[in-house]
Amino acid sequence: MCCAGCQAVAQAIVDNRLTEYYRHRDALPESPREAMPEALRDLGLFDHPDFQKSFVKPVGEYEREATLILEGITCSACIWLNEEHVAKQPGVTAVDINYATRRARVRWDERRIKLSAILAAVSAIGYRAYPYDAGRSEQLAQQERRAALRRLFVAGFGMMQVMMYAVPAYIADAGTMTADIESLLRWASLLLTLPVVGYSAAPFFRNAWRDVRLRRVGMDVPVALGVGSAFAASVWATLTASGEVYFDSVAMFVFFLLGGRFLEMVARQKAVRGVEALARALPAFAERMGHYPSRETERVAVSSLARGDVVLVKAGEIFPADGIVVEGRTSADEAMLTGESKPVEKMHGADVIGGSVNRTSPVVVRVTQVGNGSRISAILHLMERAQSEKPRVVELADRVATYFVAVLLVLAITTAAVWSVLDHSRALWVFVSVLVVSCPCALSLATPAALTAATGAMSGHGLLATRGHAIETLARATHFVFDKTGTLTYGRMHVTQTICLGPCEAEAALRTAAALEQYSEHAIGAGLCEAAGDAMADLPDVSAVRTFVGRGIEGTIGGIRYRVGRIEFVKEIAGSQRPLSAEGADDEGQSPVALGSDLGWVALFKLHDQVRREAKALIDTLLREGRKVSILSGDAPGAVAAVAQILGVADARAGLSPEEKHAYLLNLQRQGAVVAMIGDGVNDAPVLAQAQVSVAMGGGTDLARTQGDFVLLSGNLTDLGRGVDLSRRAASIIRQNLVWAFAYNVVAIPAAMAGWITPWMAGIGMSASSLIVVLNALRLQRRNSPSLSGLRDNQWDAV
Amino acid sequence: MDILFLLIPLSLLLVLVIGVVFFWSVRSGQFDDLEGPGYRVLMDDDLPPDNDVSMGGK
Repeated sequence: MCCAGCQAVAQAIVDNRLTEYYRHRDALPESPREAMPEALRDLGLFDHPDFQKSFVKPVGEYEREATLILEGITCSACIWLNEEHVAKQPGVTAVDINYATRRARVRWDERRIKLSAILAAVSAIGYRAYPYDAGRSEQLAQQERRAALRRLFVAGFGMMQVMMYAVPAYIADAGTMTADIESLLRWASLLLTLPVVGYSAAPFFRNAWRDVRLRRVGMDVPVALGVGSAFAASVWATLTASGEVYFDSVAMFVFFLLGGRFLEMVARQKAVRGVEALARALPAFAERMGHYPSRETERVAVSSLARGDVVLVKAGEIFPADGIVVEGRTSADEAMLTGESKPVEKMHGADVIGGSVNRTSPVVVRVTQVGNGSRISAILHLMERAQSEKPRVVELADRVATYFVAVLLVLAITTAAVWSVLDHSRALWVFVSVLVVSCPCALSLATPAALTAATGAMSGHGLLATRGHAIETLARATHFVFDKTGTLTYGRMHVTQTICLGPCEAEAALRTAAALEQYSEHAIGAGLCEAAGDAMADLPDVSAVRTFVGRGIEGTIGGIRYRVGRIEFVKEIAGSQRPLSAEGADDEGQSPVALGSDLGWVALFKLHDQVRREAKALIDTLLREGRKVSILSGDAPGAVAAVAQILGVADARAGLSPEEKHAYLLNLQRQGAVVAMIGDGVNDAPVLAQAQVSVAMGGGTDLARTQGDFVLLSGNLTDLGRGVDLSRRAASIIRQNLVWAFAYNVVAIPAAMAGWITPWMAGIGMSASSLIVVLNALRLQRRNSPSLSGLRDNQWDAV
Repeated sequence: MDILFLLIPLSLLLVLVIGVVFFWSVRSGQFDDLEGPGYRVLMDDDLPPDNDVSMGGK
């Protein structure tokens, strides 16, 4: 960003009163074009549909959504400014910005505004926005890092040298130093402080200036005021050869501030690196076998792969897309995508995930999903959504921080006025100290830093937070409600028994059931289809298929209406006599599924599902922590009771429809419970949406359609236990950070007002304060914290 | 003490030179990776990567 261009542009906005910007866009002064011609010429390109295809997502008919990356953000106030400004553009329907990743999610109405106009609006207030892509983001991070390093170096080196020139003045007895030597030292200090103030501290001034132009107080205003007034007083003293100079303090102060910011930036970049790594996980090229099964391969760009292509993936290479193994067997490392740290065996017909690593031997894979439909891109999208949503706490902290700065300015000026009466010579010092020592940054960083770190750590364990509020709410959850099938159990149903109820054969009944169930996404459907086995190849044709969520499926085969599903559901068409009671439909741990037609009952299937071996450990941990656990299931009472007994859950309800589950949650919430619902993300979507926080099992299901504030990518409940633990620790770290930020300011500001703190001490204090907040948050990323390994031990004990 | 009138400007000049050298080194990317070069000394590129070793690191 160029300073002159910025000023000119800022001027233009103020003249146009911000919102009027677009009407006068053609009248925009030429200077910004000169200052950053390349950037502005680029903007037009962004409207091109081909170019937009890669990063713009249609939401409604005309609404579009894109993720942008912002350059030039230095504090949370910048976020506020950008959000306000962009939201004011006509046609922009939503915008939210994440501080830690500097990413903005923008929605707009294509008929009323163009993407280039939004980008131009951002650059009009002195920031720059680009469509997000991982390479660009990396480049920006590097640029930012280099610029910060240069500034830090200039400040540090200047500080040391200026101190050398200042020491003689400190240690010399009165009268031993001649006036011309003293003047020489002062001039040398002035020359060295000039780059420190003019170059290193430039961002503070620039941001402060921008804030002032836009008539608000940002966090850099007090800093700029402090540095500026101390420097100006010193220059005046040097020019007139009178009074005191403070060059050493100014340089030192700038150095400490920049040092703090630099470390904070490194920590922040570290925190987002996990997401970036995922975005870069796909390789650039793939070996396509154009004429499979012929062995010849050609090297093609991964972006040109299409569904149905066959690719060769050698050992050690990365799978270029989602697919199915058609030849060979190997093991894959899916740690980055699912958090599963052990390699996963891949046989013929197994699904592989694009971005995972083929570890042992070469395999031939048929591509099933590429681009936006692939699992990795669904994961990325969910992650981005989580990061761009701002939890309420963070918004509150930002607002408090803004007021805080305003109050601080008033305090500083009052203090300066009082001191100038008490002790004129110290007034400037105290003024500068008060401005510098306060740390609104720690306040506004406290929550986002912890949330970002926790999100990163969780996704490392296969638990993906997809909503901004998710972590905070999970920590508060008092009630954990589990679905049974596929959540507490593996969801792999096996048909253990087929009972014919009418004149039919078991095999024919299975075929009919499988023909209907192939349209189901429920685990029972998969179980029945599996049982049908080879018969799956030639199933009878089904027409008029209707799915009744939580109840069953209806369809017409050969002119007869069939229903498969819960007994009551089939009863509606098959007639009221139910010849089953004697046969013990509610066997321990067995789920009954009925098949019937308009003509009567056909068959009853019994399916069995195994309880996940890690479920017991998780539930024990939750109960030990004093959280309440319930099971809500649509399954038969016998099966549910068996699972509840194994897991030691007292509150288990069976045979519930989705509406009843919903009502149950509502009732819990009325009693003041904070409910966390864990279920399969597709079938349970409405129930999940009712819970304050929801976890969707993301193991095998269609991720792009999955609803849930969290997605458990690994499908391993141990990871959920870790996630709960992490969320609790994140909540306590947020609390610590906020307490620290408040306590620091409450102690430091009065101390500075009393004149006990010199500006350099203030500089260290402020930098340390925000650094402590960030470092405290980074504790969440340590992989083997004691409580986590404790949980893991429990799990193995239970097994 | 008149020599100070020479030495102090000289020190300023020196600071300038050091500053220029540092800017050049940042620009050429010497500070982009502060960890990698340390490991590079220890690693022998002639050996192929061993899968089992990478597993142990998990």
